[in-house]
Amino acid sequence: MHELSIAMGIVDAAMDEARQRGVQVSAVHLRLGALSGVVKDALLFCYEVACQDTPLAGSRLIVEDVPVVVFCSRCNDTRVLGSVQSFSCPECNTPTMDVRKGKELEVFALEVEE
Amino acid sequence: MSEPRLVEVRRNVLKQNDVIARSLREQFREAGVFVVSLVSSPGSGKTTFLEKTLTLLQPQYRVAALVGDLATENDAVRLARSKAPVKQITTGTLCHLEAAMVQNALSDWDLHQLDFLFIENVGNLVCPSSYDLGESLRLVLMSVTEGEDKPLKYPTIFNSADVAVITKNELAAAVEFDWETARKSIESVRPGMKIFRLSAKTGEGMTEYLEFLGQQLRERRSVVLR
Repeated sequence: MHELSIAMGIVDAAMDEARQRGVQVSAVHLRLGALSGVVKDALLFCYEVACQDTPLAGSRLIVEDVPVVVFCSRCNDTRVLGSVQSFSCPECNTPTMDVRKGKELEVFALEVEE
Repeated sequence: MSEPRLVEVRRNVLKQNDVIARSLREQFREAGVFVVSLVSSPGSGKTTFLEKTLTLLQPQYRVAALVGDLATENDAVRLARSKAPVKQITTGTLCHLEAAMVQNALSDWDLHQLDFLFIENVGNLVCPSSYDLGESLRLVLMSVTEGEDKPLKYPTIFNSADVAVITKNELAAAVEFDWETARKSIESVRPGMKIFRLSAKTGEGMTEYLEFLGQQLRERRSVVLR
């Protein structure tokens, strides 16, 4: 269970951005890749804990799930994987390790009040 | 009060770890040391495997190990029997190693005096996958007693690793381990992954794996020299 330290990292990053801008954060938007190694439900639970006694207390964490996108050399195109248990092109079944998306663990937006 | 508005930011949550990992990787490259990190479930035989690896490499190479453990120093004590320099990183309640812990542990070691450095992560197949340690090669270990579908249960860590080692082969017949099913599970989550099947206890299959490490070190050094 490393989601608590990840949640604290999210809170730190959001607080830092809020301080620079002189704003109050009411929600944090996070991109979470299917290959990030982070479990969403555990993260949402830990986020509340991590926010306690910080300026972000009471704020929400909004998670945008990012599926794994690979490049298939046979199709010469990117494809979305249906499952992280099978790294093969969903169209032509060619195995691929050319991962283009899915490792994200990134705060990409904040809902703020002045 | 005004309506909330959305501001765009771009913050990689693990940036701090990634920055340290990058600097470690550069340090390792400059010193010419090949760094292997080991991940596995608790009880898969990581320490026995590493002890054997250190002992067998030692006549030919300068080797050392960092060992992550939650609370005890037992692993470091066991590994010290190999006579290689070993340092314990006690993580307390933390379920994985982070790049900063590796950096701190290495602060008084001269990496130029080493050919191989092994980093044994905490026994856990989930959390270590998110943290880059600057390693040259990530090795995931599973034992035949864990079942052939382990890679499908923990696809992220298998996908993030470079090499898979299946150990305790001396028990394979007793647990009716199906090698082909295991190979397919690994191939599904990590196409093209190099797989070694061996027994750290009897030594069976160790030679091929150690030769592979030697080859990796030579390739690494030829790249640096060029």
